[in-house]
Amino acid sequence: MSRLLRWPVRAASLLAALAVWQVLTAANVRLWVRFDRFPGPADVLHEFGRQAGHGQYWQDVAQSLVRILTGFALAAVLGVAAGVATARSRWAGDLLQPLFEVARPIPAIALVPVAILLFPANEQGIVFITFAAAFFPVLVGTRHAVKALPVVWEDAVRTLGGSRARVLLQVVLPGILPGVFGGLSIGMGVAWICVISAEMISGDFGVGYRTWQAYTIVDYPGVLVGMATIGLLGYLTSAAVELAGRRLTRWLPREDRS
Amino acid sequence: MTGLELRAEDVALGYGGRAVVTGLDLTAEAGEVLAVLGPSGCGKSTLLRAFAGLLPAASGRVLAGGEPVTGPSADRALMFQDDALLPWRTARRNVELALSLRGVRRAERRAAADRWLERVGLGDAAGRLPRELSGGMRQRVQLARTLAAGPRAILMDEPFGALDAQTRASMQRLLLDVIADAPATVVFVTHDVDEALLIGHRIAVLGTGGVTARFPAGASRDEVLAALGARTDTKETV
Repeated sequence: MSRLLRWPVRAASLLAALAVWQVLTAANVRLWVRFDRFPGPADVLHEFGRQAGHGQYWQDVAQSLVRILTGFALAAVLGVAAGVATARSRWAGDLLQPLFEVARPIPAIALVPVAILLFPANEQGIVFITFAAAFFPVLVGTRHAVKALPVVWEDAVRTLGGSRARVLLQVVLPGILPGVFGGLSIGMGVAWICVISAEMISGDFGVGYRTWQAYTIVDYPGVLVGMATIGLLGYLTSAAVELAGRRLTRWLPREDRS
Repeated sequence: MTGLELRAEDVALGYGGRAVVTGLDLTAEAGEVLAVLGPSGCGKSTLLRAFAGLLPAASGRVLAGGEPVTGPSADRALMFQDDALLPWRTARRNVELALSLRGVRRAERRAAADRWLERVGLGDAAGRLPRELSGGMRQRVQLARTLAAGPRAILMDEPFGALDAQTRASMQRLLLDVIADAPATVVFVTHDVDEALLIGHRIAVLGTGGVTARFPAGASRDEVLAALGARTDTKETV
């Protein structure tokens, strides 16, 4: 498909989904699934317009973004550091790897009670849960990338006089970027799931909290505005990670750079 | 600066307790080009890794300039058959790497890198990434990178083994040209008899039990082939 055609096709796909949604709700379709009480796109758009006029909506968006970016940044830094350490140092591997392997299968959202016990404020607990969600994909992506580095790159730098520190800076960190960005992309997706869930369970504000509040007062258009907001924010942050990854790994051979 | 004498004394080398070569006695005199011949698996590359300080000897002594080799050093540069360029660095920045590791200032190393790339015929390709270069061009960049830091010993592990015949011949001419100006000792590993005869001042034939034959400059192709044929523990055609 030519590059010029791709964006219209993508836009048409979204518009078609909206059109089907509008038809199903406007016609009050009741088959096995029921659309007679389901808000249509026009209701949701109207509700979005109402909410966008209030500062509270934007405060919720900002709060969720601050939480996810803080947790994600911590996960990125510590995940890469722990991944490199456990892959390159036997000592660090023996010390940390068993701990990580036991903690990794625990869903981050199951840490809500732990977060409530550990942290003095909800805010810190939610950031912790977001961090825990993104940390393991980054850790695993980094560790695999370090182990997959061609030995010849490291040997070349060592025989040119490079110390272990220079090998780390000149070979390991740039060489693992493709794997790290794979982990960051997955981590960002999981982090959104967890930050929204944590806000729904224990938040006082934020998009997740507001969406759950709308549900409790049977404000279905409000619920769908929340869902659409989460989807859009998730898309934008994931796209930012993808874009940064592409910019930093231009050296990779790629058939299609779209 | 002079070339570095490299010496292996009754050396055994291997990986994880499995011996690749034993009883190896070999000297590359300071400033000479020693071609090491032998079939795949006889320990040629392993020997280079030992000289480079990347692989400790299981027994015996490996010496560089009379001192035991305890680890890698910029004095002993290794040029690989595989693609050893860092793919995220342009040709220029790959060559600069050798100089930056020696603490050369940015402007100075950039000028030196450009001179070396010019020397290997890649003055126009300095800003290209390795994936944008052909196999022969990548090996030229690797040669420039290896020579740029001014090593006293150059260890070359079948550096032209993956190239087509025409590119290989042109790289051999280039190598002869550049090492004529360099005072470094060169150990050139190959399994191509003609290449060894063309490049080496002396030739050593290696088997798993150590050096099986040695030839001075001017040895005939038939003599060397006969020495290789006398090694009956391999079916490989050399």
